[in-house]
Amino acid sequence: MSAVIESHDDHHDHGPAKGLARWLFTTNHKDIGTLYLWFSFAMLLIGGTMALIIRAELFQPGLQFVNPEFFNQMTTNHGLIMVFGAIMPAFVGLANWLVPMMVGAPDMALPRMNNLSFWILPFAFGMMISTLFMEGGGPNFGWTFYAPLSTTYAPDSVTFFIFAVHMMGASSIMGSINIIATILNMRAPGMTLMQMPLFVWTWLITAYLLIAVMPVLAGAVTMMLFDIHFGTSFFNAAGGGDPVMFQHIFWFFGHPEVYIMILPAFGIVSHIIPTFARKQLFGYDSMVYAVASIAFLSFIVWAHHMFTVGMPLAGQLFFMYATMLIAIPTGVKVFNWISTMWRGSMTFETPMLFAIAFVVLFTIGGFSGLMLAITPADYQYHDTYFVVAHFHYVLVPGALFSIIAAVYYWLPKWCGNMYDERLGKLHFWLSFIGVNVTFFPQHFSGLAGMPRRIPDYALQFADFNMISSVGAFIFGFSQLLFMYVVIHAIRSGKQATGRVWEGAHGLEWTLPSPAPYHSFTHPPKVTAADAHG
Amino acid sequence: MSNSNDQSVYYVPHDGWYPVVLAAGLFFMVFGLGDALNAMKSGGDPGWVMSALGFSLFAVVLYFWFAKVIAENHAGLNNAQVKRSYVWGMGWFIFSEVMFFAAFFGALFYTRVLVVSWLGGDGGKAMTGDYLWPEFENTWPVMDNPDNAVFTPPEQSIQLKSFGSLFTYLPFWNTVILVASSFTVHWAHSAIKKGNRSGLVSWLALTVALGFLFVFLQGYEYWELYTHYGLTLDSGIYGSTFFILTGFHGFHVTLGAVILLVQLIRAIRGHFTATDQFGLEAGSWYWHFVDVVWICLFFLVYIV
Ligand SMILES: [Cu+2]
Repeated sequence: MSAVIESHDDHHDHGPAKGLARWLFTTNHKDIGTLYLWFSFAMLLIGGTMALIIRAELFQPGLQFVNPEFFNQMTTNHGLIMVFGAIMPAFVGLANWLVPMMVGAPDMALPRMNNLSFWILPFAFGMMISTLFMEGGGPNFGWTFYAPLSTTYAPDSVTFFIFAVHMMGASSIMGSINIIATILNMRAPGMTLMQMPLFVWTWLITAYLLIAVMPVLAGAVTMMLFDIHFGTSFFNAAGGGDPVMFQHIFWFFGHPEVYIMILPAFGIVSHIIPTFARKQLFGYDSMVYAVASIAFLSFIVWAHHMFTVGMPLAGQLFFMYATMLIAIPTGVKVFNWISTMWRGSMTFETPMLFAIAFVVLFTIGGFSGLMLAITPADYQYHDTYFVVAHFHYVLVPGALFSIIAAVYYWLPKWCGNMYDERLGKLHFWLSFIGVNVTFFPQHFSGLAGMPRRIPDYALQFADFNMISSVGAFIFGFSQLLFMYVVIHAIRSGKQATGRVWEGAHGLEWTLPSPAPYHSFTHPPKVTAADAHG
Repeated sequence: MSNSNDQSVYYVPHDGWYPVVLAAGLFFMVFGLGDALNAMKSGGDPGWVMSALGFSLFAVVLYFWFAKVIAENHAGLNNAQVKRSYVWGMGWFIFSEVMFFAAFFGALFYTRVLVVSWLGGDGGKAMTGDYLWPEFENTWPVMDNPDNAVFTPPEQSIQLKSFGSLFTYLPFWNTVILVASSFTVHWAHSAIKKGNRSGLVSWLALTVALGFLFVFLQGYEYWELYTHYGLTLDSGIYGSTFFILTGFHGFHVTLGAVILLVQLIRAIRGHFTATDQFGLEAGSWYWHFVDVVWICLFFLVYIV
């Protein structure tokens, strides 16, 4: 037994292992964070390619490139890959890199499980993407996989899709347990909860949401599995079940899920804006309470996705008002970000540009969400491109922009080198223009009645779709520039200082750049100014 | 800084091959299972072998992984803070399990209270009943499905009310067994906290025995239901909700009993002290959790 231990005696001093073994076997939070981030970038490119196939087909009315069956597989897999493969793992990767450094911990609380959480993902997505090449094709029922499309009428490959969702769920739950344990147990002495950086706060609440709802999703796909293979009738009215029940269970998961994809973004923006406004964050406490309220409300609004399936009037009113209530804490956050910038000494480096674009464009997505919350209006908007425009505004210039902003902001801390500011700004403007050209016209085609998830459409929607497709290609290809900027910075960027940004506050900036392989073997002393600035 | 017993240092383990191999095992297990299920439904290559190999890999790695964690703990690498991480980890894992069952209890509530009554013509969706299956009646348990040609209904229900006497009712005795085992596992834990190893071993052995007895009786009940009651997975919503809830519960009891069996073997080999027994404590938390789920289940599935 002591032989097992002997080899670890000097574990505090060792650097990374050599070659591939480093990445396969690592227990280091920075290595695992890097793996998560590159994985999510690969998924962004794959999911993005699917989006471009969709937009190419929709460039003109009529069927040009793909058949409708394949088109359905593209919309389905694009959604699933972006949600579960790109956005969520990117935030987990950021949490891995940043949470231990921000709270003054040596690593994540459970380092081996951390490695397991990551390595489940390539297997899960490998399995899911392989379904596209199976007989009968891959999942074609939309990323929300409503029964009976996903049960009675599903291709055989749905079984692998179900298991892939189970695996992603296991990965998310383990990742979240790790993050919660790290935050609750590994903060440096002196860092009270109300001194934690906001990225840490938002991730604490996100992790709680994940642990609460990923098992519910697992339950939903398990019932699908049983309906398909074991003859149960959960989602079949002929046996006393109900397909609408699937929607209730799915959205009980699904609505908290959308906050899982935006709360960490709130945290990131709350770091970047104070740095480049050179002011303390306005209303720290109210930011924390707002995030907590949003998380609470997220559990009682799910049926706003289902107004048109039929529901008692009392239910419609309840879900409408509860949904609109979310605008209050969200408004508090937007107000605080703007107040932070008010009379600040602002500069507009790339992360700041992405953060400001986040505030503006996410707010547009929030407002269209408010419109959708109004039950009678939703009868009109439901399943149109207006909905597509809404959730892409919160997810692309919302969640994705915040991730890109975070990468620009913390990259010098991670690799020790600055990125090329000129190219970064070019990337920002291409993305900003591309994203708006893509999604803004979809509000109009949606309001005019264009349904979502169709490969062909009526002639009157042609102009808006053409504009949208042009924007999508601009946006898609500018992400290759992002990849270039990041790789260029890692390989040959200018050496960065420890503090990196003159206005930056927080424990991670007290470390040298690049941050040492093991950050805080012994916990640092924390002052309020160091904690959240 | 080579002092591994420095209690101010949070122990961060060295690189290891367990997690990535475990993930691979998991992958082969479910991929093979998917193949097998699809082969049963529409022919093709069954993947049982791949699945079994994947499971074996998974189990073997898990064994090594836990052995290593235990060895590290015995070597004094885990300070109080590391131990707290395990406590948080287990607590939140149990919370995730609670939410997993919540989905199935939610399905039971939704179908039983809303769907069946709507299909039977009650409430705001009265027309549903008139148009779809006008003869269908709102009763629970559902002994006549809306479409009996598609889902053969059960012949007999297993609800307490169709039995009468509590003392000839097998689920009642299963409740007694499981509740009793929650006490015995607690006494086992209390024994070792007082340093009483023989008390730990005997109470734990009794707990494990009661756990497996529960699983055995549950299996016997299933056999009865399939052969004499006509209550099966495909006999409509009553069978669906019954088997998914009791089935996943039974699976978790089996898992909990295996966990406690491992703790029993460790206890016999001299693991655990009066001040350090988290493996045992975590197992006992899990055991109390499956017990609480069963009590909810006994009331909601068998009695009301
Ligand atoms: Cu929602």
